[in-house]
Amino acid sequence: MSTISQPPHFAAPSAEEATAPVLIRGARPYGDEPTDLLLRAGRIAALGAQAAATAAELAEDGTPVLTVEAAGQIALPGLVDLHTHLREPGREDAETVETGSRAAALGGFTAVHAMANSTPAADSAGVVEQVHRLGREAGWTRVQPVGAVSVGLAGERLAELGAMAESSAAVRMFSDDGMCVHDPVLMRRALEYVKAVDGFVAQHAQEPRLTAGAQMHEGAVSAELGMPGWPAVAEESIIARDVLLAEHVGSRLHVCHVSTRGSVEIIRWAKSRGVDVTAEVTPHHLLLTDEQVRSFDPVYKVNPPLRTAEDVEALRAALADGTIDVVGTDHAPHPDQAKECEWVDAAMGMTGLETALPVLIATMIETGAMDWRRLAEATSARPAQIHRHAHLGRPIAVGETADLVLVDPAERRTVRPEEHATKGRNSPYAGRELPGRVRATFLEGHPVVLDGALATSRTGRTADRTVAP
Amino acid sequence: MKHLLSTASLAHADASAILDTAEEMSAVSTREVKKLPTLRGRTVVTLFHEDSTRTRVSFEAAAKRLSADVMNFSAKGSSVSKGESLKDTVQTLEALGADAVVMRHAAAGAAHQLAAADWTDCAVVNAGDGTHEHPTQALLDALTLRRGRAAAAGVDPRGTDLAGMRVLIVGDILHSRVARSNVWLLHTLGAEVHLAAPPTLLPVGVEHWPAAVHYDVDVALAAEPDAVMMLRVQAERMGGAFFPSAGEYTRRWGLTDERLAVVERLPGPARDGSGAMILHPGPMNRGVEISSAAADSPLNRVLDQVSHGVSVRMAVLHLLLSGDRGPDRAAEAASPAADPSTDRSRP
Ligand SMILES: [Zn+2]
Repeated sequence: MSTISQPPHFAAPSAEEATAPVLIRGARPYGDEPTDLLLRAGRIAALGAQAAATAAELAEDGTPVLTVEAAGQIALPGLVDLHTHLREPGREDAETVETGSRAAALGGFTAVHAMANSTPAADSAGVVEQVHRLGREAGWTRVQPVGAVSVGLAGERLAELGAMAESSAAVRMFSDDGMCVHDPVLMRRALEYVKAVDGFVAQHAQEPRLTAGAQMHEGAVSAELGMPGWPAVAEESIIARDVLLAEHVGSRLHVCHVSTRGSVEIIRWAKSRGVDVTAEVTPHHLLLTDEQVRSFDPVYKVNPPLRTAEDVEALRAALADGTIDVVGTDHAPHPDQAKECEWVDAAMGMTGLETALPVLIATMIETGAMDWRRLAEATSARPAQIHRHAHLGRPIAVGETADLVLVDPAERRTVRPEEHATKGRNSPYAGRELPGRVRATFLEGHPVVLDGALATSRTGRTADRTVAP
Repeated sequence: MKHLLSTASLAHADASAILDTAEEMSAVSTREVKKLPTLRGRTVVTLFHEDSTRTRVSFEAAAKRLSADVMNFSAKGSSVSKGESLKDTVQTLEALGADAVVMRHAAAGAAHQLAAADWTDCAVVNAGDGTHEHPTQALLDALTLRRGRAAAAGVDPRGTDLAGMRVLIVGDILHSRVARSNVWLLHTLGAEVHLAAPPTLLPVGVEHWPAAVHYDVDVALAAEPDAVMMLRVQAERMGGAFFPSAGEYTRRWGLTDERLAVVERLPGPARDGSGAMILHPGPMNRGVEISSAAADSPLNRVLDQVSHGVSVRMAVLHLLLSGDRGPDRAAEAASPAADPSTDRSRP
């Protein structure tokens, strides 16, 4: 459908940086029977006995082959995050493309979509190209910029959607995330306009008038704590409006961070009507509730807010049955001082890239709510399809792009934010034990993470060394 | 009890200990020399990020009657201003040797954060945090209710709670820390709590509270409360948004002269038709939530509430800082043998 081809995500590595073939031994794709995988020239070259045989031939011919022992580990397609805040340009004290990319790699993400609420906002070809270039230079993961819907995310005038689409960043996803495109006319026009570039609008659904000064989910806990509430209806009313608008103009809508049971019901209804709508849930909304706010610890302050246990149950069920298509981290790093203050003054958001897979294992796999195939679909295949990345989110099969993650589901670790690669220390899971450790991440066959630690990026950067390109 | 942060987390035994200790403290307040030596050499800092002379002065009087040194910080004209983090401020105060911090803050949870973080070893007393809680106000209200009933029955209030009492709270429940603290505390002490307010001034979720909710004050009064607590309403600012006008608010929810006549005929704590107690956290908006006649009525306990505020705050500071667990030591301290009148070292 698209006539605009998407550009390569990385500068071609120089000869000395070319990646050696990798033999992964004894990994379990999607939790299935153990097998060997051979990664070569950016693709999955062979599986099973053929992988080991080919690796042996290569070694005999003098080609060095990296062997990775993966017994007991699950092999999954590299994770694709449609919702990441990398903060650069403008808030490099909170995160940079480099540090955020490292966090992504450690979390098993082979692609992240950088939200547009930087400073300046990613509302022009210049900014999205800058972010895209920084991502390519870092080389830890693919960084796909998201373009703003409106100029400066102000919700008033359409940004230059066409120019961003035609830029080297080839933007297809447009979002004012952080802000809701609340004006119904602007939202309608955005949905219409993106049809010309095969794009879609990702909405942060929050009716601003119903959430003025809102601090937390409006319900029993907010009543007790005396905090201005963020009612579920402020999310649900926007989603209801938007699915009807998307249907009316025949466009594609993606709903960011669905957080309520009512939103799930509206999306289920819209899908049953044939509306072209997809939806996302964050890991934190699958695990945490508004009860956490009783601590008044601003690490739990997030937008949309943590909801009730009933909402959590509904979100888990919806993710399992596909009503909610994908998991997006809404990774939102903040400097310490933005969280070491009174709740009302604290910034909203929590880090998520390095804890996403463990939280999903805890909430969806260990509970039996879904299997590894559905997890792979929700974290890789579907987000790639939504963005129409032809070569991403592909199955683990011979000839496919070698974007892979190896995770040890049995290893349980206590989350220590100070050890994270992200600059943000605002992890709501600090001190909590979570299952599942990412042991290795392969980006087009290149091991960016090995033994649970950063190896080298596609452009030759290491944890200690940021090479000027 | 290391801190006093909320009444939601206050156990019956702790609440009773505070009230019984406050009775001992009240005895001190009626003496010629209104001073006890129990907190000599200890430092109490009042840290007010919000203007409230009434509450600050009450805490200051309480601390001084216990012979503590008092340092007052207020948001205006001091280092405590927006931009300086709570953390920095408190570390500064601790460096000054504070043993207790009495904190008033516009942000809900500020006192909790202070107590929970490893920023300070001070005892933290919440003197009002946003629209969350104001525990010493509820305690002084409970003391007033308990005394009112004991006096009506001619018994000693000590050791009693509020079981069997019915208390009606009227007004802006949504934005009231006083209402929240009272709902939890009065319920813990056994009272039956009723609320009456415009639906717009009740929080979503109020149905989970241990309280009966009325939209109609006259229906609520028909349930024969022993006490009616009128909350301050910012009628001019809210008119048109939360209710149509100040006038309509007064007609429908105010303690008007007509409703005062009803209150005067209620059975009341004496059960003899001598009327219900009227409470108000102050300052009263005469002609808005309360008529002038109701403000000046003999049923009105506002002045008692003010003096009870000092007694309750003395009790709280005493219990938090002396390591004492109950009223007995306080009684001892308040006995003439421990009279501090000879102490002139801390004028
Ligand atoms: Zn958002």
